[in-house]
Amino acid sequence: MGIFNPHISIQRLNVFYGERHVLKDITVDIPEKKITAIIGPSGCGKTTLLKSLNRLIDLVDVAKVSGNVLVDGVNILDDEVDVTDVRKKMGLIAQMPNPLPMSIYDNVAYGPRIHGVKDGKELGQIVEHCLQAAGLWSEVKERLGEPASKLSVGQQQRLCLARALAVQPECLLCDEPTSALDPISAQHIETQLLTLKKDYTIVFVTHVLRQARRLADYVIFLYLGELIEHGPAETVFTQPDNPRTKAYIEGVFG
Amino acid sequence: MNKRKLEEAFFKALMLLSTSIVLGSLSAVFAVVILKGAPALSLSMLTQTPKGGYYLGKEGGILNAIIGSLYLAIGATALAFLLSLPIALYLNEYAGKSRFASLTRLSLDVLWGIPSIVYGAFAFIIMLYVGARASLLWGIITVTLFVFPIMTRAIDEVMKMSPFKLREASYALGSTRLETALKVLTRQTLPGMLTAILLAFGRGIGDAASVLLTAGYTDSIPRSLFDPVATLPLAVFFQLGTPIPEVQQRAYASGVVLLALVLLLSIASRISTRKFMKYVIK
Amino acid sequence: MSRRLKDNVASKLMLLATIFSSLILFIMAFALFQRSRPILATQPLSELFVTSSWHPTNGEFGFYPFIIGTLSVTGLAMILAIPICLFSAIYLAEYAPSKVRGTIKPLIDLLAGIPSVVYGLWGVLLVVPLIRYYVAPFAGAAATGYSVLAGGTVLAIMVFPIIISVSEELFRTVPFEVREASFALGATKWETVKHVVVRKALPGFLAATILGFSRAFGETMAVLMVIGNVAKVPSSVFDPAYSLPALIANSYGEMMSIPLYDSALLLAALILLLVIAFFSVLARIVLLRVERRSV
Repeated sequence: MGIFNPHISIQRLNVFYGERHVLKDITVDIPEKKITAIIGPSGCGKTTLLKSLNRLIDLVDVAKVSGNVLVDGVNILDDEVDVTDVRKKMGLIAQMPNPLPMSIYDNVAYGPRIHGVKDGKELGQIVEHCLQAAGLWSEVKERLGEPASKLSVGQQQRLCLARALAVQPECLLCDEPTSALDPISAQHIETQLLTLKKDYTIVFVTHVLRQARRLADYVIFLYLGELIEHGPAETVFTQPDNPRTKAYIEGVFG
Repeated sequence: MNKRKLEEAFFKALMLLSTSIVLGSLSAVFAVVILKGAPALSLSMLTQTPKGGYYLGKEGGILNAIIGSLYLAIGATALAFLLSLPIALYLNEYAGKSRFASLTRLSLDVLWGIPSIVYGAFAFIIMLYVGARASLLWGIITVTLFVFPIMTRAIDEVMKMSPFKLREASYALGSTRLETALKVLTRQTLPGMLTAILLAFGRGIGDAASVLLTAGYTDSIPRSLFDPVATLPLAVFFQLGTPIPEVQQRAYASGVVLLALVLLLSIASRISTRKFMKYVIK
Repeated sequence: MSRRLKDNVASKLMLLATIFSSLILFIMAFALFQRSRPILATQPLSELFVTSSWHPTNGEFGFYPFIIGTLSVTGLAMILAIPICLFSAIYLAEYAPSKVRGTIKPLIDLLAGIPSVVYGLWGVLLVVPLIRYYVAPFAGAAATGYSVLAGGTVLAIMVFPIIISVSEELFRTVPFEVREASFALGATKWETVKHVVVRKALPGFLAATILGFSRAFGETMAVLMVIGNVAKVPSSVFDPAYSLPALIANSYGEMMSIPLYDSALLLAALILLLVIAFFSVLARIVLLRVERRSV
């Protein structure tokens, strides 16, 4: 598979929504502390793959999952595993910003509080640190008590980023994180992600190839639930192995 | 994590306990009333009116109350429907999303919350003003006032669910608003309206405070609208208030009759709702 | 008649009916007010409210015991009902499998359909003796069982349906995305429900509670049958009391034969109307706002 440290190792992952075979036998490794982009046309299972990585797929009644997903060597799909622990490790940023119905401060503090941080000072430090890492601190530091719903969409998405960072995850899973944002906010997020990859393994789904080109170190191409190709971004974009990859990249079916 | 799991288990137990209390209360009400009332139920209870000395424990039954309640509830439901349908049609077909419509819906909701004793008191004032005596007619009027907000809102909710496309199609064919209202909207919501009617009927037949001041009470079956009329809820109330155990027993039996009626209406409206859901075009 | 004319006439009639429905509330208030004026002319409202002695034959109309009676029995009912309804609604909305929910909801509706006299009857048959022979002695009090506690218990059960059904629907309108956000951060289901769902639905839940309060406040027959109807301020939950609606229901027979009695009773009815209308409007407006925000 390559010359990197796999952080996440997906082995023969199959997901069914009822009768529909949404993810077909996916086997791929995701490198540590790099940005991996999952690309492919809409409806190909990209989001499903992402949600399998933090077991948010469990919330879908009709979903049946089989296979292994090893994170740091432990299979997170195992029944014995504590699912809240898994989700703590794998932060998720959704396509549409979804701030919790609370203040800006409480949004970021929510995760740490749930996981046992009680000390006010500590919480304050975490909130500040994460908002800074998300590039939002300077804009909200005077109004942390305001409801998060008052922020613009771009700010809300950065808030969601800060919120995800607050629980000290190992990975950041991003589902088309900028598709709902204006270009300037989108750029903000992209800049933050590039900075964050030093400390976190980032996996993001996008259907905008240019974005993948800008950010990705590693690329996974999914088509109709199948893993068509994967590899370092340079290789996949300039010299793809698979003709279907080539066709997609050249815009034949995007 | 154990602490969190424990907390969840604790609250889940609380939830199950609360739900059990609610369901348990329902069972308790049915069980106690039926257990106490069924023994006193007999054919003569249901088919005879009180004879002489009934209230001292002698012969007779509650037929006066059963028929009386039916007359009253049917009359009030019919009258309320005559009022509710036009209002609901107006709100949905003519007034749309206007402020007037929202205000009307708000007043109907508020009226729905006003206790029946207030309606009774109001009707009583009118009766004094026109010099009327307690009678079936005034019972019907009072219960109509009490029940029409519920019926109107119920029909309104049903009509709201009807997709606009249907009415649009009717307009496209050149119908007037009235024709669309009557031929399309009403027809499509018929089963839902039946549920609303049953709901109102149930409320009307079971209410005591509204008829207490306005319908009077009598041992006979009313022969005209101007006769006083006995009702089942008042039959329960008055018979319970006597010191004679046989008569009290009859109060329990009357309670069972009421409960049975309510149960029947509830089942009927469930069936009607299910039928409605089948025919709704979404 | 031409079609256009029919349409016109019909719409005018419907409009009339609709206007009537919005006005009837004010008409009722006005009529009650007019009939209350005689007694308001003798004493100011504030005095009537704080006087404790109720002796109509002597011309004494102190509403205080009735106000306290109504408030205590309604308050007790709410204290009992709110936690039970909250947890039941959460269970039904968030935890119950859909088959279970489908079975339980109609049963709760059934509870709503039971007439108040039947609740009163049940209260007399079960609750009153229970209090008299078990609960009161357990608490070291001697009681007939006809008490604030009996009234509060019966009333609580009567308001279960409205609070539970409104709340349950409210909880279910909290959007999935917000819950997903909570889960993605590693929260348990209960933590998500506690911190996100209930929190978001809280104003609506309070509104549902207020609706329940209004319902309980105006309930006549059931309370009348179990509360004891003694015009004194109760000093414990085991004491009998007298509620405003019960007063009106009990006294209507003699109302015309004693001067000012009818006026006093209709004033009581007016008070009921105004209090309940006020709280209903409040609750409904909150619910409308909540509905609008979640769309």
